[in-house]
Amino acid sequence: MKVSRRAFLVSCAALAMTPATPAFSTRALRVGMTPAFLHTQHGLLADWRGYMESKLNRQVEIVQRDSYRETMDLLRLEQLDFAWVCSYPYVYLKKQLRLVAVPLYRSRPYYSAYLIVSEKNRHIKSLSQLRGKVFAYADPYSLTGSLVPRYQLREMGEDPEKFFSKTFFTYSHRKLIEAVADGLAQGASVDGYVWDSLNALKPEITGRTFPVSQSIEFGFPPIVARRAVAEGDFAAVQKMLIGMYQDQQGNALLRQLNLNGFIYGIPELYDGVAEMMRAFGES
Amino acid sequence: MRFLLNLSFRFKVPLWGSLLIVGTAAIISSTLLLRSYGELKSDLLRDARSQGGTMAATLFSAVLHDQVWRAYEIIKAPFRSESGKSPGQAESIVVLDRRGLVYVSTNPESMPMLADFRQLSPEFPALADAIARPGSETRVLESEGSDHLFVSTPIREEQAHLGTLVQIYSKKVLYSRFLKSAEQAALIAFLVIVLLLPIGWYWGQRTAVPLLRLTERVEELGRRLPDDLAPELYDYQDELGRLYQAYNRTLQQLREKAQIEGQMIHSERLAAIGRLTAGIAHEVNNPLVGMLTALNTLRHHDELSPRMQKTLTLIERGLLQIKDTVGALLVEAKVKSRDLLPQDLDDVRTLIEPQAREQGVNLQWHSQLQTPLPLPSSSVRQVLINLLLNAVKASGHGSDVGVDITTAESTLSIIVVNGGQTLTDSQTEHLFEPFANTGDRGRGLGLWVCYQIVRQLGGDIAVESATRDGNAKTSFKVRLPLGVRQ
Repeated sequence: MKVSRRAFLVSCAALAMTPATPAFSTRALRVGMTPAFLHTQHGLLADWRGYMESKLNRQVEIVQRDSYRETMDLLRLEQLDFAWVCSYPYVYLKKQLRLVAVPLYRSRPYYSAYLIVSEKNRHIKSLSQLRGKVFAYADPYSLTGSLVPRYQLREMGEDPEKFFSKTFFTYSHRKLIEAVADGLAQGASVDGYVWDSLNALKPEITGRTFPVSQSIEFGFPPIVARRAVAEGDFAAVQKMLIGMYQDQQGNALLRQLNLNGFIYGIPELYDGVAEMMRAFGES
Repeated sequence: MRFLLNLSFRFKVPLWGSLLIVGTAAIISSTLLLRSYGELKSDLLRDARSQGGTMAATLFSAVLHDQVWRAYEIIKAPFRSESGKSPGQAESIVVLDRRGLVYVSTNPESMPMLADFRQLSPEFPALADAIARPGSETRVLESEGSDHLFVSTPIREEQAHLGTLVQIYSKKVLYSRFLKSAEQAALIAFLVIVLLLPIGWYWGQRTAVPLLRLTERVEELGRRLPDDLAPELYDYQDELGRLYQAYNRTLQQLREKAQIEGQMIHSERLAAIGRLTAGIAHEVNNPLVGMLTALNTLRHHDELSPRMQKTLTLIERGLLQIKDTVGALLVEAKVKSRDLLPQDLDDVRTLIEPQAREQGVNLQWHSQLQTPLPLPSSSVRQVLINLLLNAVKASGHGSDVGVDITTAESTLSIIVVNGGQTLTDSQTEHLFEPFANTGDRGRGLGLWVCYQIVRQLGGDIAVESATRDGNAKTSFKVRLPLGVRQ
């Protein structure tokens, strides 16, 4: 896996070095999807792609990668034009990215992290009680699945690297919920939006996890564009996303995404994230 | 046990047969079952080894990069199959790190990460020791009394040893599958028994029943002569069939012997009676002749009163009657007589025919005699007359009396048959004795005379009286050897 990824990155780098040709202007729009949410809902993604193609009158390619890091790399390497990324990578790559739209979840552009524990640890009422337990993270670049719990521990004066007996990454919030549901990890911090959405779809999985606490709110993972994306493409995509709630097909997709729509966002929505990153010396 | 051995063959043969069938079915079923259990186990282990090998190879990079979730997904994969719990499914799979701690397991609740494997179950310390032994191969570990099977595969590539994959199988799955095949085997065995038992029982009866019949008859042998065994009861050439034949043969011989004995006793008695009567007759005859002569002389020489005359006549009549009787008893067959001519027989026929007609009896006469025979004609005639008179008397109105006279192999054979009432056993027994049949007519000396004559001529006389197909038939057979005349 590692080897193939490396090989892929090398080839991507090679591609990036080739000079831009006029043919590029008619190439497909490449949209990256981080596994922030419905990583496995391939049918939904295919429908969304079809919707985008009909609205933009242009070929759209959806690009999925296993980890946030890979999507971030693709953005940096200009292999992606647009991407739906977690709030943490957005802030992390803020200088290279433009905010296109922010989803509305429960009619607001915010979401929060849930601390969940396995059935055996139902008695646990706070993060501090998970000391010495096995804790699962979603992705190293996940806000709710990694940065939030590490920040909370730091606020408690604990060293996140030593607080748990063992930590591991599942690289997806859904798998994170499964890890806790199976008892593999005794606790995890999970994207509240994903937990709620999965709870509606598959309550038999979320039913075996027990939310303990909810974090403060953060700006919902936004749709971003590479800074170099043509203004016309940027505007078209932004218009398409924000207008989604206005037509039937778009509404159906939004319902499946468990969202109300998209709005123009402002970078200040993510100031809270930046603050946490600063605490770790990352911004 | 003794009771069982003393049982009648009627029960013993089918019982042993049934036991044999049940025993065979049991042995075959259990052998097959044991084999199927062994195969089940080896199938399971083969699958486990191949699964373990593949899994360990994939796990290497996951463990190397500390990708717990990926390792979990790899070991969990067999449990996610849609087919549910397949029989070859492991109960749990666990990955141990180099220190013997749980790296990841499919049952995180009971085998949590970082737990010391040795302390998770009493079975595990021995298992951990076995795993710790150096070696790069997949090993099957099975401890005594444990209801689990363990398959351990090292997670290694070249010299890098990262840990061990342990697949834990419950023998209960094996047992339940074994039970399932045991049920099937039992059903088949039951069907075989249901099918074979009646056959065995029937075969046992077929062997036992003829044996029983034979036993019953042999037991009777001491008391009386039993009946023959019907050959169709056991019509085969095996030992039992031969026993049947031997039994029938022996019975036949015994019967013949008894018959000969009976005949001997009979003829000896008749001979004794003959000697006795002849002796008495002689002793009576001699003074009788004297007395008659004296009587005669007295009549001629003296003047007798009418009263004396009457008395003398009375005495003479009595003496003459005695003489008659004694004369009849004094059978002398070998009196000088000419040879027997065909004409003699015709005379007899002529003599008898009127009587037969009177009785309304139809005389069927068949005589082959063409030439004179060296036999005393008067004796033969007497025999024939006596037999015919008896036959005519015995026959009812309108019935036949058959006469058949033949010569063959220097024997004259006379057969007289009548269709009158048959003789009883006791009649037959004493038939040829004097005064035996003092029935309605005659003195009962006719047959005795016949017998004496025939015996004196070296021949024999026999009677057969029986009812066949509703027809009564009594026949007297006389056989006289030719050329015994002196």
